[in-house]
Amino acid sequence: MTIRIERRLEQPHWLAVAVPSASIVLALLLTGAVLLVTGHDPVHAYHRLFDAAFVGKDALTQTLVSATPLAFTGLAAAAAFRMQLFNIGAEGQLYFGAIFAAATALYLHSWPSALLIAAMVVAGAVGGAAWAAIPGVLRAFCRTNEIITSLMLNYVAALILNYLIFDSLSYWRDTSTPEAKVFPQGKMLPGGANWPSWGIVHSGPGLVIPLGFGVAVLVAVGLWALYSRTRFGFEVQVLGDSPRAARYAGIRTRRKILAVMCLSGAIAGIGGASQDGDFRHLLDPRGLQQAGYGYAGIVVAALGRYNPFAVVLISVLLGGLQNAGYALQGADFPSGLVGVMEGLILFSALGCELLRRYRVRVVRRTGHEPTVPATEPTS
Amino acid sequence: MNNGIVVVVAASGVLYGTPLLFAALGELLAERSGVLNLGVEGMMLVGAVMGFWAVQRVHGDSAIVLTAAIFVAALAGAAMALIHAFLVVTLRANQIVSGLALTIFAGAVGLSSYLGNDLNLADKPAKHAFDQISPFGLQKLPVVGPILFGQPLLVYISWVCVILIALYLSRTRPGLNVRAVGESPAAADAMGINVARYRYAHTIVGGAFAGVGGACFSLMITPQWVDGLTQGAGWIAIALVIFAFWRPELCLVGAYFFGAFSALPFTLQARGVTVAPELFQALPYVATVVVLVIVSMGWTKRGLGAPAALGTPYVREEL
Repeated sequence: MTIRIERRLEQPHWLAVAVPSASIVLALLLTGAVLLVTGHDPVHAYHRLFDAAFVGKDALTQTLVSATPLAFTGLAAAAAFRMQLFNIGAEGQLYFGAIFAAATALYLHSWPSALLIAAMVVAGAVGGAAWAAIPGVLRAFCRTNEIITSLMLNYVAALILNYLIFDSLSYWRDTSTPEAKVFPQGKMLPGGANWPSWGIVHSGPGLVIPLGFGVAVLVAVGLWALYSRTRFGFEVQVLGDSPRAARYAGIRTRRKILAVMCLSGAIAGIGGASQDGDFRHLLDPRGLQQAGYGYAGIVVAALGRYNPFAVVLISVLLGGLQNAGYALQGADFPSGLVGVMEGLILFSALGCELLRRYRVRVVRRTGHEPTVPATEPTS
Repeated sequence: MNNGIVVVVAASGVLYGTPLLFAALGELLAERSGVLNLGVEGMMLVGAVMGFWAVQRVHGDSAIVLTAAIFVAALAGAAMALIHAFLVVTLRANQIVSGLALTIFAGAVGLSSYLGNDLNLADKPAKHAFDQISPFGLQKLPVVGPILFGQPLLVYISWVCVILIALYLSRTRPGLNVRAVGESPAAADAMGINVARYRYAHTIVGGAFAGVGGACFSLMITPQWVDGLTQGAGWIAIALVIFAFWRPELCLVGAYFFGAFSALPFTLQARGVTVAPELFQALPYVATVVVLVIVSMGWTKRGLGAPAALGTPYVREEL
């Protein structure tokens, strides 16, 4: 008996739901195995995890807080990965968005709140796009691998962020009190720069939706429209599927690379602005760096198969995981478990992707090969 | 003369370049067989944490403990690489996404951090570490002595590895086969070479090298375990392979070049240079980008020496 892997001629529709679901279940089983091997009770851990992420008091609200940056970095990754442009720099682009948005809020402190928030969104997008333009230009005009350059720039962006608050008397740093000189931190943003949030459910666990999450949904709609309803989006998809065909069709490759890179960076940058406006209200290097939003965004995008709406949904799922991971961190819930789970989810999704494209058949070696497939593809 | 700043920076460049060299050699082996593994950072971190664990938990003579630790680190790195190999060779997954997944799974906020916490390894000094040894008193030579011969044992081992891998790829039958698999898997397959077996073997051995590279940090440079202590060295190692045109002997040169950049902040700080530390810390990353741009300008993928089949899965019936 041997196992044969054959290409599917048609992909049944139910697979589009079954495959991601199966990969999450598989990832839970694998993480359970890691927990068991290292001497923890997986059932207990999962119970607490689910409780802290979705059931307990304020759990859903906190989950949305974690999900908002993931939605942005996930959409950023989806926008670029769709064109096979591997922008791993959402992390740094988010920092730059936060830096630009914070500067805008501090500078335009007298503006009315609505205008100021709009200005922050624009500034965040510009900051992220500017930082993403570096690997974009290098890829488009020097053919430099964007994976490595965008990743290296994450470290540089983090160092710039630290420099602005911890090692200089920059515009962003609070220097008003003597304590602030000993324990450096960012200037508080003006009150008008606080993004509003809406309490939807007041009873029970409660649910508050931050403005940033709403913006992320709008970005998702925009991205969907751009990629499925415009010429630009069509050309990007052709470039992603077959760069050669795109060249024959006369699609301007370099411009597209730069444009998509900047688009991706801008989305991540708005995520940075949302961090300033929604949650932190100052430029906070430690807070921005602790969670690895950019890297988690890759998991979100891949699991959502680069579909903007799926990305937003998955961001809530992984946001719950991150939120619970931080809430539960301790002896029986070591830090790093969140990353292990995210990695395993991505591995499972990749592995299960095979089932979508191929059929796995067990073939008996006795005598002649069977001419009829064991299972017909359902169409 | 032997304490001049140039000599000190060069000597620490060799020391800090050694983990990069091990990791780059491993990545080179995998890429020569056609498998791009972007999980180097994760494999290094898991190697670093498991090597450190071995040093803290195995009792005995220092030499035996350190040897065991290197084997454990190599094994851990190899285990991580096995996941990648299974996904991309057997399951034909996208190599880029799988490599990124490996970095997330094993990296600074993943398995390495989990193991470091769960095994309670953080913030404790290493019980044994690789100390400087000077073979035949060569350290007393002017300039070259302290740079090349006042180093820990792992540095000398890395030279042996460079020579062995260079000879392996250019002078042996299996080495020739690997190159065939990386350049044209279909032709290699027609010659009767088992493509999948070669790709598995070289990806896994590559992971073992990355694991040893990680252990260089926790057993030689730092010597300690801190979450994410490689600080992007794995990614620099990947860039290094491109920079070295996929040739082991050039990896050595490149590794020491980047090593010097990584060591510069510490050296300058020790000498009381008062410029913002972030400026120097950013140097290795900026240097990586600059060198990559220089290398990639003007050359096509083939001209650079990249294996032609790099990054593409091989399926016999789909050509």
